[in-house]
Amino acid sequence: MSTITPNASLYERLGGAAAVDAAVNIFYRKVIADSRINHFFTGVDMDRQAAKQKAFLTMAFGGPHNYTGLDMRRGHARLVEMGLNDSHFDAVLENLASTLSELAVPADMTDEVIAIAESTRSDVLGR
Amino acid sequence: MVAIRFGTHEIDLTDGETVLDALLREGIAVPYSCRSGFCQTCLMCASQGKPPREAMQGLRDTWKASNYFLACRCKPVMDLEVRLTGDLPAPVRARVQSVQPLSQDILEIGLATDERLHYHPGQFINVESPGGLTRSYSLASVPGEDDGLLLQVRRLPGGRVSGWIHETLKPGDTLHIQGPLGDCFYCEGQPVQPLLLIGTGSGLAPLSGIARDALRQGHKGPIHLFHGSRSRDGLYLQDCLKRLAARHPQFQYTPCLSGQDIPPGCARGRVHEVAQARFPCLSGWRVFLCGHPDMVQQARMMAFMAGAAINDIYLDPFNVALT
Repeated sequence: MSTITPNASLYERLGGAAAVDAAVNIFYRKVIADSRINHFFTGVDMDRQAAKQKAFLTMAFGGPHNYTGLDMRRGHARLVEMGLNDSHFDAVLENLASTLSELAVPADMTDEVIAIAESTRSDVLGR
Repeated sequence: MVAIRFGTHEIDLTDGETVLDALLREGIAVPYSCRSGFCQTCLMCASQGKPPREAMQGLRDTWKASNYFLACRCKPVMDLEVRLTGDLPAPVRARVQSVQPLSQDILEIGLATDERLHYHPGQFINVESPGGLTRSYSLASVPGEDDGLLLQVRRLPGGRVSGWIHETLKPGDTLHIQGPLGDCFYCEGQPVQPLLLIGTGSGLAPLSGIARDALRQGHKGPIHLFHGSRSRDGLYLQDCLKRLAARHPQFQYTPCLSGQDIPPGCARGRVHEVAQARFPCLSGWRVFLCGHPDMVQQARMMAFMAGAAINDIYLDPFNVALT
């Protein structure tokens, strides 16, 4: 049994893998329904896409991951060619924030998650 | 010390080493990406031995039941024989036991294997024709209720394997099969969860097996089976499914027709749209989709947007072979 201490990591405070599992369905549904960005996801197998979203959320939740900036660049290069830009990145962050609000995550923790996601912006957009 | 076997490779694992690290150390190129247990790129299957539970975290129930695991999270506690999930098991010989028409274009074939095949209803096997062609057919039988394996083979226009099965196969013939394969089946553990089963054509084969399997395992929650066809001669197993519904009040069967002539007791419309109108909210449901690949993909998106979780949606699209 784990006790949540004041020093617990963001990932632990959010609820770890279970929190990611809860968030991934809500987040992915929002992305599919968002006409600003959903064209980047058509034709991609839903299982594979959900697994990628889960990897992304785990990272944004401060969880364990081995992704490097280079992985982020490679992984999104095809989308950048399709026109991925700041407005799309902002839309993803917006969906992320509203997912957290739906899960009743407190504002300070939401800010931490958004800050981690924000830190990947230049790698994702390939600059 | 534990070892893994991968094809012809035998690899001793060092202390705390993962299966992925061991394979890569041996120079074996297996796919991987995040190395953290999330992206599922390094998904593998243990054909011998049981992978530890933490290597299965986050995987869908049917994958766990089939000993799928993430190689990057897998520190085995016993010897394992592992393979990539796309690699097929070796073919085995099967003997035809029965041949029975179920509808104008669907024939039920009963098969027996020398060694009993352990399978879940809803999985499929590959059947090899004498010409060396291979086709996948779902298992409609339920272990313990049916002897051997039952396939429901729909005759496709110009289909070389389904044509061979329909025209020449007779009791006593032998053929080669591979399997069981596929992840579209019932797992126990959530006996009151509502189940939605949607299929077209011979997609009814896996779905009827899944429904009977769930009932046999004591499923208490509602089980709604929707079977779609264009016209009434495409409906089959109706008497059998109505009897099942009479015996089990939690089971409901709705035949759906997308054509013009709708007899009493049938719903009008495309099968997944009929199901969606009946159950607009699927949050907390488990969903099984079998049959025409377009229907399966559309219904998958429909079910997900209606609230079903990704890991609760099971698919068996019947892709038509081009060779």
